[in-house]
Amino acid sequence: MPRELAVSNDQVLAFETDCHLFKDCGFHAPSVWSFVFDPIFTIGSFEFNKAMLLVLLSTVLVVGFFWTAFARPKVVPGKFQLLAEVLYDFVRRGIAREVIGKKAEPYVPLLVSLFFFIWMMNLWAIIPFAQFPATSIFAYPVGLALIVWVTYMTLTFKTNGFVGGLRNLCVPSGLPKGIYVILTPLEFLSNVIVRPFTLAVRLFANMFAGHLLLLVFIIGTWYTLGTVVGTAYSVTSMFLTILLTAFEIFIQALQAYVFTVLTATYISQALEEAH
Amino acid sequence: MIFLAEEEPQSPLLPVVPEIIIGLICFGVVFFVFYKKLLPAINKALDERREAIEGGMEKAEAAQAEAAQTLESYKEQLAEARHEAARMRQEAQEQGAALIAEMRAEGQRQREEIIAAGHAQIAADRKQAAELLRQDVGKLAIDLAGRLVGESLEDHARQSRTIDRFLDDLEQQAGATVPSQSEAGGR
Repeated sequence: MPRELAVSNDQVLAFETDCHLFKDCGFHAPSVWSFVFDPIFTIGSFEFNKAMLLVLLSTVLVVGFFWTAFARPKVVPGKFQLLAEVLYDFVRRGIAREVIGKKAEPYVPLLVSLFFFIWMMNLWAIIPFAQFPATSIFAYPVGLALIVWVTYMTLTFKTNGFVGGLRNLCVPSGLPKGIYVILTPLEFLSNVIVRPFTLAVRLFANMFAGHLLLLVFIIGTWYTLGTVVGTAYSVTSMFLTILLTAFEIFIQALQAYVFTVLTATYISQALEEAH
Repeated sequence: MIFLAEEEPQSPLLPVVPEIIIGLICFGVVFFVFYKKLLPAINKALDERREAIEGGMEKAEAAQAEAAQTLESYKEQLAEARHEAARMRQEAQEQGAALIAEMRAEGQRQREEIIAAGHAQIAADRKQAAELLRQDVGKLAIDLAGRLVGESLEDHARQSRTIDRFLDDLEQQAGATVPSQSEAGGR
């Protein structure tokens, strides 16, 4: 089955050994190794691997798609431009204006870039022959969360000044005074440290887990194949793979959406005047 | 592919710096292209589209307003024309009435003139007739009396005085018996 071979290129061991159920052979579950690739090429100590290639391709595809649609926009749009406009409008109106409100316009490019870049990186998980979500490598969500964090902090202090910015970050208004003793350090921790971290981890962990889940059933399909009873298991596993792939399509878009909405929420909070 | 079973892989929660940098660069490119080129272009197109739609609507509104104005002016003109017609009709009626009244007055006047002229004529004729009659009656009476008495009455002076006296008496008698009649006739 070429499909499994393509997916589990990092799990070749399972196929190389031709290990199947009822053959006194253990199930080689997917592991952290599933996310480690041999370098495609090496420059000095720098190793260029599959995930990097997918990230680069994401950039090329996102830019290429929107360049084709928007570079020479027409007042009366064609079908392609209309599709891109619908996508753009979803982020602009559905996320930016919905969350930030009237002051949203300057932040639309950031949110649009985030949404489509993340979505594309996630989408690789189900695109044949790639079949690996680039966002399941922690470094990429971290980079994006870093950008969001820097934007969040810059905007907070730019809008409110240094003291006002600190108040915005650490002192929620309208609470009894005694509570601030506990709440202020907690708020600081939550807003300055936990938020960017969870932002990155949420995206990474979802895609990581999703990929593992798919691998479990894909490898399971291969592993149980062979005997009559095994084939019944195999078909079930195959069916679940398809079902989970559909589920992953949903999760990929959802995680891109969540990341973008949270970014918009942080921006909106940073733009709020301190009370 | 070689499976490095002896080594433990790096923890997936430890990001590697080169990968972060690659991610940042790739995202940077996406952001830059969107920010500098694509979003301004599409926003411009969207604004133009909105303006075009709004412009079309404005044009339609203007046309509608113009039509309403034209209708209003037509109605006004129509009302004015009706008013004018009514005024003219009334004027004509008034003129007609005046004309009729004038003509009636003229007719009346002419009639009176004719009547008056008739009366004068009649009076003149009557007077003339009376004069003639008087002479004739005198003559006839003399003739008759002459014949009766056999031409004995030759004294002219006496004769004429007697006749005149008789006629005067006669007239006086007539005047006494029918004075109202002669007055009504004079009118």
